[in-house]
Amino acid sequence: MNILVCVRRVPDTSENEIQLNSAGSDIEREDLVYSINEWDNYAVEEALQITARIGGEVTVVTVGDEEDEEVLRREMAMGAKQGVLLTDEAFAGSDAKGIATILKSYVDKNPFDLILTGVQAEDGGAQVGGMLAALLDYPFASLVNAIEVLDGHQLKITREIAGGNKEISEIDLPCVLSIQTGINEPRYVGMRGIRQVASVEIPEFGASELSVDKSAVGETAAKVKRLDYFVPVLGKGAEMLTGEREQIVEKVFGLLKERGGVQA
Amino acid sequence: MNRIFAYIEQKAGVPDETAAEMIAAAKKLDPSASLIAIAVGFGAELDSACQSLRLGYGEVWKISNEALVYPNAELVRQALVKVLPADSVVLVPHAHFGIDLAPGLSVKLKAAYVPDMMDIESVAGNSVRLVRQEFGGQVSTHVACDFSTGAVISVRPGAFKPEPSATTGQIVDKSAEIGSLSARRRYLETVAAEAGAVDITKHAVLVSIGRGIQEQDNVAIAQELAQALGAAVSCSRPVVDAKWLDKSRQVGSSGKTVKPKVYMALGISGSFQHLAGLKGNPFIIAVNKNPKAPIFQVADVGIVDDILEFIPELTEKVREGARVAVGKA
Repeated sequence: MNILVCVRRVPDTSENEIQLNSAGSDIEREDLVYSINEWDNYAVEEALQITARIGGEVTVVTVGDEEDEEVLRREMAMGAKQGVLLTDEAFAGSDAKGIATILKSYVDKNPFDLILTGVQAEDGGAQVGGMLAALLDYPFASLVNAIEVLDGHQLKITREIAGGNKEISEIDLPCVLSIQTGINEPRYVGMRGIRQVASVEIPEFGASELSVDKSAVGETAAKVKRLDYFVPVLGKGAEMLTGEREQIVEKVFGLLKERGGVQA
Repeated sequence: MNRIFAYIEQKAGVPDETAAEMIAAAKKLDPSASLIAIAVGFGAELDSACQSLRLGYGEVWKISNEALVYPNAELVRQALVKVLPADSVVLVPHAHFGIDLAPGLSVKLKAAYVPDMMDIESVAGNSVRLVRQEFGGQVSTHVACDFSTGAVISVRPGAFKPEPSATTGQIVDKSAEIGSLSARRRYLETVAAEAGAVDITKHAVLVSIGRGIQEQDNVAIAQELAQALGAAVSCSRPVVDAKWLDKSRQVGSSGKTVKPKVYMALGISGSFQHLAGLKGNPFIIAVNKNPKAPIFQVADVGIVDDILEFIPELTEKVREGARVAVGKA
């Protein structure tokens, strides 16, 4: 089974505090540590486990520019056979529909049995996978946390629904699935693995090679545009305890007693 | 917007809470638009859902089909594409079904899609300014959406407060318009969550840990604090994803809904999916290394500190307190 996994490079929220720039037009991107979007990493691992069981190859693709090659190489170090970069000035400023349109044009020329995405990106909203499926007219399932290959034409999948319950379905191939975190335990990638793929050529395709209609992608086609960033104010905010840890611990213990937090 | 449509999730004939929340969202989008609920399903359950939706919605479009007994997003999409007029504005709850339905629906309707919308700021011409969050709620953004060819907007559950309404709407049966439906994804069954050894929903005090616990071996320090307090250990999603604690310990929309008196959020950033599982207005004490963590906006007391150092000191203090108490008795 040949599997395409759509991935993205995003700021790593476990490594960074996300702050605004002074104009509020963007997050402060100086010194940000970027990495593979967490959901996408689980999707790649799942693709690798499926092909290890039943054969086939895994291709990872991203829409972006040369900086994004690092996440393709990272996933190739995990075991993906090929990385593909879809890049063109005309793609800049695309909304989720634009990204899905670009990915569709790649799949039109390079068909796969199965396409995986992460459920969502750190700065996204669970959009591209479902849009890509609809553009390709493939069946789709979101929030997938288990995949069993039934035969060459069908999968048995589990979706994570409310309250930790699981919804089980059969789905025809080819299809698009968005993968939830926790579906597997992504393998560790060491520096050695990354060095081994450092010089592998990553093919690049632009709008003309992909036969993408330029009026359907990029900023002018985007119906949804991010205007600015701001820091939300959701509640009245916590009373912040500052000072020596010893005093804070004392205060917290007092609060716990007062609020019935000490049951023992 | 002449009309605003809302896709209703219903279970056993009872519309989800989001049905009323979407009325509030639609009124904020355009107070003069007529509101149409679309309820999909089959038989008596659907009829009873439609009856209750009349309160608040000007019209209730009923789509009854035996294939829709269980809501399969692919079939629901086919039905909606057949009944929705061109350029419709459609609201969908941003939950596990909406995530399945909404992106593809927007493509098939040739409409814009805004996911997980939290607030509506203004409408001018064919553009609406909406509020979303990114990076797990660490920052918010304003988003402009061009709805000239329609829009599908998924609405964050709980973001809009339902208001009382005097409207009593009409039920319009659209079932005949949808024709035959066929899906390439077929629902088999729902498997209920396994009960864990510890039922976190029954505890008055929860010591809850998140990504900040860093590794499996550190879970023990939270267990020690919980033991000293007579509390249970719960967690946020990353701890379950890493297989450090059982799924039955997870608080959140994909885990358990809890109503403790005191909730200690330790190394938990406070995403809305996590907070959605926290009800009954508990007293929240949050400890996080990141002063920008969204949990500090909802907590009662916040401490910027490393939980790996903070927890053991607090545990020691609680144990000391217990010894003093025993000494007094």
